[in-house]
This record gives sequence, structure tokens and C-alpha cells, in this order.
Amino acid sequence: MQGFLRSDGRKGIRNVVLVAYLVECAHHVAREIALPFGNRGVHLIGFPGCYPNAYAARIMRQICTHPNVGAVLLVSLGCESFDRSALAEAVRQSGRPVETLVIQQSGGTRRTIEAGLAWVERAIGEIQSVPRAEMTVKELVVGTICGGSDATSGLTANPAAGRAFDLLIEQGATAIFEETGELIGCEQFMARRATTPELGQEIIASVEKAARYYSTLGHGSFAPGNAEGGLTTIEEKSLGAYSKSGKSEISGLIKPGDMPPRGGLYLLDVVPDGPVRFGFPNIADNAEIVELIACGCHLTLFTTGRGSVVGSAVSPVIKICANPDTYRSMSEDMDINAGRILQGQATLEEVGREIFDRVLQVAAGMPTASERLGHQEFILTYKWFEPIGPACLPA
Amino acid sequence: MQQTDARLIRLAPEDNIAAVTTTIEAGERLVFEGRTIQVLDRIPTGHKMALVFIAAGQKVIKYGAPIGSATREIRPGEYVHIHNLKSDYLPTYTRQYAYGAQQQRQY
Repeated sequence: MQGFLRSDGRKGIRNVVLVAYLVECAHHVAREIALPFGNRGVHLIGFPGCYPNAYAARIMRQICTHPNVGAVLLVSLGCESFDRSALAEAVRQSGRPVETLVIQQSGGTRRTIEAGLAWVERAIGEIQSVPRAEMTVKELVVGTICGGSDATSGLTANPAAGRAFDLLIEQGATAIFEETGELIGCEQFMARRATTPELGQEIIASVEKAARYYSTLGHGSFAPGNAEGGLTTIEEKSLGAYSKSGKSEISGLIKPGDMPPRGGLYLLDVVPDGPVRFGFPNIADNAEIVELIACGCHLTLFTTGRGSVVGSAVSPVIKICANPDTYRSMSEDMDINAGRILQGQATLEEVGREIFDRVLQVAAGMPTASERLGHQEFILTYKWFEPIGPACLPA
Repeated sequence: MQQTDARLIRLAPEDNIAAVTTTIEAGERLVFEGRTIQVLDRIPTGHKMALVFIAAGQKVIKYGAPIGSATREIRPGEYVHIHNLKSDYLPTYTRQYAYGAQQQRQY
């Protein structure tokens, strides 16, 4: 497979132009700039808040300098507190074309849109010359998430994704699983898989933090649809979700925006530190996907039983359908039919191998179901994190 | 190993429930490890059925790990869900809560 070679040495599997609004007030203008480009690889992202937030600034920087990104247009209203100069500078230093349009200094809505359209058109041409280089499985960073889980998720799609993770890690890839709020009840099992006892303690502490956080909010990471789908408790959902991580040892614990230093399996702690503030940790599945991408994920494995349709800006999403009935009614939205396992038509091993093969195909350019349908979801909200502790990364 | 109906999946040997691979109607008889269990409720695809008698307060085990405690006595062949099982960590919510009201444990 061939990757897009970036100046920091990382390789991308896509070459997209980002149009990024830096406050909700600039969202419409940014959308009007991105929309006419349809399927030409122009993605809309942004942060809606007017108040400053170090987490959001960091995530935006990591996304705008992600290896799948070729060029970035920042759209600012002008008076919001987002540090647009620092973000533009970070993108410039990464060797990518970048431009900032400030609506208040560009003559308003229409003139900013016109300037943006012209810049994006030029940028698309410019990034065609990004060098291509041979890329191996070792260089891939793959995330996993579940959404719209039901009782079949933990029987088929999640353990099959876990097999695919094991195959990827065996070949030196980096794999990231996440949502400590959906690992409540699994902390002792996970700690035993940690490469060091100190990392095991950090993992237990991260899940205890999640349980505290959710219990203060009075709500677990559990939607009514989960119960309708046959999941009864957060522990049951967690144990099913946990099987996405496979059987490899856990090499590290990272937080949103941290890049794993080398191949192996990492747990992403997505629950904020400190007292509960800013509301729910991840308001919907795409908030977690954005954080996985900010940790460098080239693509994400998304398992679903109830039937999610989402994709993502920046990095492709491979949807693995756990439930054979859901697959029948929503097959156009799905990449892999793991429900065959329930019907006795395939083994976990076979579906795990199929997912692994699909990862390589998508990395080589094959569009996923959500890419074909034009999905480009993106959510970024307020959070607060402390840096990870010294025991969290491999020595 | 003794015979078990292919529609039942027990994920770990210590589990006291099994998942069903397809919807099973009440009244059906399923063989589990050579023993016949009369199914007492309709059990939808992927949902849980008790394999043995589970006393009120006893842990329900799936994947070899506790997934909560029985809120009342559960008989073999009975549907296991929010009406007879609750989390040991966090309450499970359904869609039925009133706007503005203190959110309460539903089960």
C-alpha cells in the first residue's frame, strides 16, 4: 500500500482538505465553502465554543496536522477566543498549505465564502503533488469504538474486531481502544493484561474515575436502545465492549491527543480529570472517534448492533454489523456482516480475518460504506485533562 | 461434551445464563448439556435466558464475570433482563423519565 508522505515522516491513507470553523458563528460560512466540493475530499470540522479551552485547541491542532490531512482552511468570525494564529502556525510548520479567513475582516458572509472557495480549489490542486511512499501495516494506527450496541455486539462484532486487533498488533501496528465508561466492571481483567503493574494501577484508576464521573452525572454510558437490544446493565455492555480489545497485552494508557510512541495496544482514557464540569464526557459516538483520530488513528473499526450509520471527517470508519437482522435492513451502511457468526455461517476467526483484510484494503484507498454515502461527522466539545502519569507509556 | 442446542451460546463455563442466537418462543424446549430446559418467556435474538435457578440477590454471570444482581428469584428458562436483573454499579435508564423530574432508577 502507498501512503501520503508528510514532512514529520508520518504517512496518511487519505489526502483531504479541511475547512475548520473556530466558533459556531463561522460554521455556516465554513459549510458553504466545503459543501460545493461534494466528494472531492473536502471535509468540514470545527469547534463551536467562544470560550477558550486547552483541550479543544490541542485536539484541533492534532486533527489539522493528522497524516490524512493535506491542507487546512481556518474560518474565524474574528472576536472568538480560539487562538487561530497558533493553530495556523502549527499547520504551517507541518509543511501543509494553510490559510485563515476572518469573516469580520473579509467583508462578511458572501465575500468570505468566495475567498474560501477559491482557496480550496487551489489547495486541491496543490496537494496532488504530495509524495507517495510505500507504507506497511506497522505504520498503521487503528482505533475501535462501538455504537448502538445490543446484545449481539458482544457475541459477534466486538470479539471479531478483537481478533482483527490481535492480527494487526502481531504485525507491529498500533491499536487503540477507548471509553473507560464502557469498561466499568472490566478493570481488574484489563489491569492483568498491562505490561507493568504500575500501568495496571493506572488503568484501574481510570475506570474508577469514569464510574465516579458517570455516577455524579446520574447516568451511565448506556442508552435506552441498549436495553431494548437486550443489554441489561453497564457491566454487561462493558464486558461485550471490552472484547474489542482482543487478547494482546496492553502497552499504555493515553489521553485524547496523545500519540502512542510505538506499536501495540493502548487504552484511550476519554473521561475528563478533576471535578465534573462541561457535562457528559462524550455526548455521542463521533466525539470518541474525533479523539481517536487526534491520537493518530488512520481509520476506525466501528461495531454496531442496533445499526449506526455514521462515518467521520478525516479518517475512514469501517462499520461492522453485529446483528443479522440489522444487517438485512441496513446493509448499504455496513462494511462487514459479523451477524453471520450467529447464523453459523462464519466463525469469529474468519470474520476477524475479514476485518483485518478490509483494514488493509481501506488503507490502500478502497472507500468505506460511510465514505460512499458522504458521511463526515465531527463533534468537539469542552473538556479538561491532566497529562498522563509516568507509568502510562512503555519504557 | 454433552449435547447443547445450537441456538444457545454460553460464553464461559461459569455463566448461569446463555444468549440465544435467534428469537425463541415461550414453551419451546431447548437441550443444554443433555438437560432439557422449558423456555418460559419469549427471548429475542441475542438476549439472555437463565440456565439454572438464580436466587434473589445472586450474581448473574456472563463472559465469566458478574453483570449485576438478580432483583428476584429467576427460574431456568426464564428471560433475564431489566425486570429481574440490576447493575451493581450504575442504574439502567429507559426512555420513560419525566422532563424536569429527578431522574430515578427505573428498575
